Amino acid sequence: MSDGRALLEVEGLRRVFDVSKPWLNRVIEGHRQQFLHAVDDVSFAIPAGRTFALVGESGSGKSTIARIIVGLIAPSAGTIRFDGADIARIKNPSEMRQIRRRFQMIFQDPYASLNPRMRVADIIAEPIRAFGLLGDTAAVQHRVGELLALVRLDPRDGLKYPHEFSGGQRQRVAIARALAGNPQFLVCDEPTSALDVSVQAQILNLMRDLQEQFGLTYLFISHNLAVVRHMASEVGVLYLGRLVEVATTHELFSAPRHPYTRMLLDAVPDLAMTGRVRTPVQGEIPSPIDRPQGCHFHPRCDVAKDRCRTEAPAARSIGAATVRCHTPLGA
Amino acid sequence: MAEAPLLSVKDLVVEFPTRRGLVLRAVDGVSFELRQGEVLGLVGESGAGKSITGAAVIGLLEPPGRIAGGEVRLKGERIDQLDRGAMRRVRGGRIGMVFQDPLTSLNPLYTVGQQLVETIQTHLPLSPAQARQRAVDLLVEVGIPAAERRIDSYPHEFSGGMRQRVIIALALAAEPELVIADEPTTALDVSVQAQVIAVLKRLCREKNMAIILITHDMGVIAELAHRVAVMYAGRIVEIGPVRDVVKAPRHPYTRGLMGSIPDPAAEADRLTQIPGAMPRLNAIPSGCAFNPRCASVLDRCRRERPSARVVGSSEVACWLDDEQLRRSDLQAVVAR
Amino acid sequence: MTETSAAPAPVRTRPSLRERIAAAWDSDIAYSFRHSPVTIVAAVIVLLLLFGAIFGPWIAPQNPFDPGSLNLMEGKTAPLTPNMFTGKTFLLGTDDQGRDVFSTILYGSRVSLFVGFAAVAFSMVLGVTLGLIAGYRGGWLDSVIMRTADIQLTFESLLVALMIFGFTRTLIPPGSQNELAVPVLILAIGLAEWPQYARTVRGVTMVERNKEYVQAARVIGLHPAIIMMRHVLPNVLGPVLVIATLGLALAIIAEATLSFLGVGVPPTQPSLGTLIRVGQEYIVSGEWWILLFPAVTLLALALAVNLLGDWLRDVLNPKLR
Repeated sequence: MSDGRALLEVEGLRRVFDVSKPWLNRVIEGHRQQFLHAVDDVSFAIPAGRTFALVGESGSGKSTIARIIVGLIAPSAGTIRFDGADIARIKNPSEMRQIRRRFQMIFQDPYASLNPRMRVADIIAEPIRAFGLLGDTAAVQHRVGELLALVRLDPRDGLKYPHEFSGGQRQRVAIARALAGNPQFLVCDEPTSALDVSVQAQILNLMRDLQEQFGLTYLFISHNLAVVRHMASEVGVLYLGRLVEVATTHELFSAPRHPYTRMLLDAVPDLAMTGRVRTPVQGEIPSPIDRPQGCHFHPRCDVAKDRCRTEAPAARSIGAATVRCHTPLGA
Repeated sequence: MAEAPLLSVKDLVVEFPTRRGLVLRAVDGVSFELRQGEVLGLVGESGAGKSITGAAVIGLLEPPGRIAGGEVRLKGERIDQLDRGAMRRVRGGRIGMVFQDPLTSLNPLYTVGQQLVETIQTHLPLSPAQARQRAVDLLVEVGIPAAERRIDSYPHEFSGGMRQRVIIALALAAEPELVIADEPTTALDVSVQAQVIAVLKRLCREKNMAIILITHDMGVIAELAHRVAVMYAGRIVEIGPVRDVVKAPRHPYTRGLMGSIPDPAAEADRLTQIPGAMPRLNAIPSGCAFNPRCASVLDRCRRERPSARVVGSSEVACWLDDEQLRRSDLQAVVAR
Repeated sequence: MTETSAAPAPVRTRPSLRERIAAAWDSDIAYSFRHSPVTIVAAVIVLLLLFGAIFGPWIAPQNPFDPGSLNLMEGKTAPLTPNMFTGKTFLLGTDDQGRDVFSTILYGSRVSLFVGFAAVAFSMVLGVTLGLIAGYRGGWLDSVIMRTADIQLTFESLLVALMIFGFTRTLIPPGSQNELAVPVLILAIGLAEWPQYARTVRGVTMVERNKEYVQAARVIGLHPAIIMMRHVLPNVLGPVLVIATLGLALAIIAEATLSFLGVGVPPTQPSLGTLIRVGQEYIVSGEWWILLFPAVTLLALALAVNLLGDWLRDVLNPKLR
């Protein structure tokens, strides 16, 4: 693991959604209350200047974690420390604004993340004005031009509306908006999954350039393992709300410890056409409302033991990796 | 091989008249052939015209789209000019279809069995009992566990991956010779995608069925297809055996496309970047449609449209000469 | 794509007026308008009636409600027929009091259109505000607002207007009832129509609220009121415009109906509805023009506004593009 100071620390993060039917229906139809454990005791730390990726399939809770960190969803339990400060304890609004300025978010769908009725320059200027960074209009306009050039767009494009841009260009605008407040930390929620591959390459390259230029720290959320391998220095694998494995990218891809990680890697199409032998995928992802007892992965696991069916494994370190498994691979 | 092709598409042109009186050409002179039991991948980015090509083959173009030129032949017989009734019998009978969204392709009000039996009886002369037995067999074939019991479930009782299997079963109902699968795994999770790919692979082998696989995902193509046609702005720029196209692409666009895909098996520092984006249909450049984004562009590319010519085992539509197209370091030239 | 590594130039945030006009002329809406003859005719009718209503006092041959300008001898003159006593000719004839029907229509549509526009504006502001709050905030506030709207929607809106009208009148001293008749009418029609706006706006707001651009604004930490005004409101205005246009036709007819029933504007300030009520008394005695021309005007106005509304709905519907 990196020796760098952690910029973001997440500890024991939990989020439970009440997905019960309305009270009256429950009483009449005799249903019990139902809860969806979207995020279940998730802990990780991201060193400054690095990229930490969260991968997982549907129901893994990766987007919920992203939204909790930027404050769109309140956590049910757990702490989030940014640069040493516990975010939940900040009560002073101006201090909160200062913290918010320092972490921003890039969303998945560039067709939905820009207000269709606002000009691009106004979209990018909004955080500058909201955080009160620059006073006079000329300075704001100059800064907007600078930001557009930074994401390799023409400053004159600021006059246009989002619909005049392609998906890749829109995502550049969204990145410019995220950078407008000079943040240190960016939460990127599937930033390229709505884009074509050649455009994805442009955006991924741009994100790496910007990281180098400004020393940015990324939390990178994706379902695409190839993209994660390309972008991240460390990876956390989520399964039904639990972080089952955290390891450096190199470790994780060359020697996966958790059987689910291995299954996921084997499921990725073999683009290099190596013809490598792969274990076929067993079963399906259970519903997050009705998760299996013990280790959630045990019904699909080919090395599961009796213990896995009853007892949820605690996180433990194997080499540099942290794994939640009773029978980790290669141990 | 002397055997007549199962499907042949020649110089297909699809046009969309707009409300403003312009005519947009979504597919422009596409030709390819497909043999029995062969999986042809149609790959391209959004706006390449791959889905519209598939829709044109089975006569499912959304109005006002229309076939404005070329021909489509199934076993030598033209099917692009059939009337609606005859086309309906071909569709679902001789050609099956699998669409991207497993949720909207099934009617939520009927059980999976009812929908299967209806499709089977439309195309095959079977009694209700026989049709139901065939429906169960089909569900077993696509790998649905406890098919006898599950056949009476409604679509919402199935998971996304199982629903996509049901749709494949529906496409197979009348034992078609050809299945057109439009982004069959795009809406699915990686692990479920792997399962659906495995099912398609097995069916293709066991039934000697041909598939046109339309997708934007080169990985799925590499897993499943025998040959692949790479489309750009309504045209095929390169078509050839999948191994050659994936491992040694010739056309500058294909090279750029392959280089821009992060490799799950290797760490790379930087991805190849094709500048710009696919042109909109109302602004397709003259000459070779790729010329404004091409690093190896020649004067000729801006004026004349290249036609496909044989280069090695593939066909490539490019003005660069054979020697340049074979250079392995063209990639590096393009990348800069 | 427009990629550049050149030094950033300052960005102008606003285009010139000329650029805006050119863009508007070239837009899909303008194109669709230019290619729809029915819509053009409807727009011309509405514009003509608006012009007549606004400039009525300057166009009208007489002020029909100034008793000094009336001559009882000229009563019940048929259209384009010289009066048997004074020899004057009236384009659309006169009524029993000798009022020029053309002038009464100009003055009447003035009242009708004013009440219509004001009622729509009132119900729109009320409905959009409540709908935005209900859709964005959700929770108990949403329940209270929307249940109120639901209860009101179970009654015919004209009935609601009648009730509100009657109730409000009891609160006003009899001396000022005639002066306050128009504001009360606007209040009654406006209050009767707000649930339409609230329901639509709430639905669209709930969709927009979950879109990522609203989340992006929340991540910046903007105040909910600013998010609603700057981000959500502009994106719900399309459907609101359609309802408002169709609602204008409804409000004009509602006003006419109330006035026809005799509970609307007082006879000293007649609207098209009042004119029709007065006119129908003469239909049996053969003076058809007193009824016909105001009725045709009302019909043309309501129909034209409705056609404009239908066109707007189609043009703003992304599914039909």
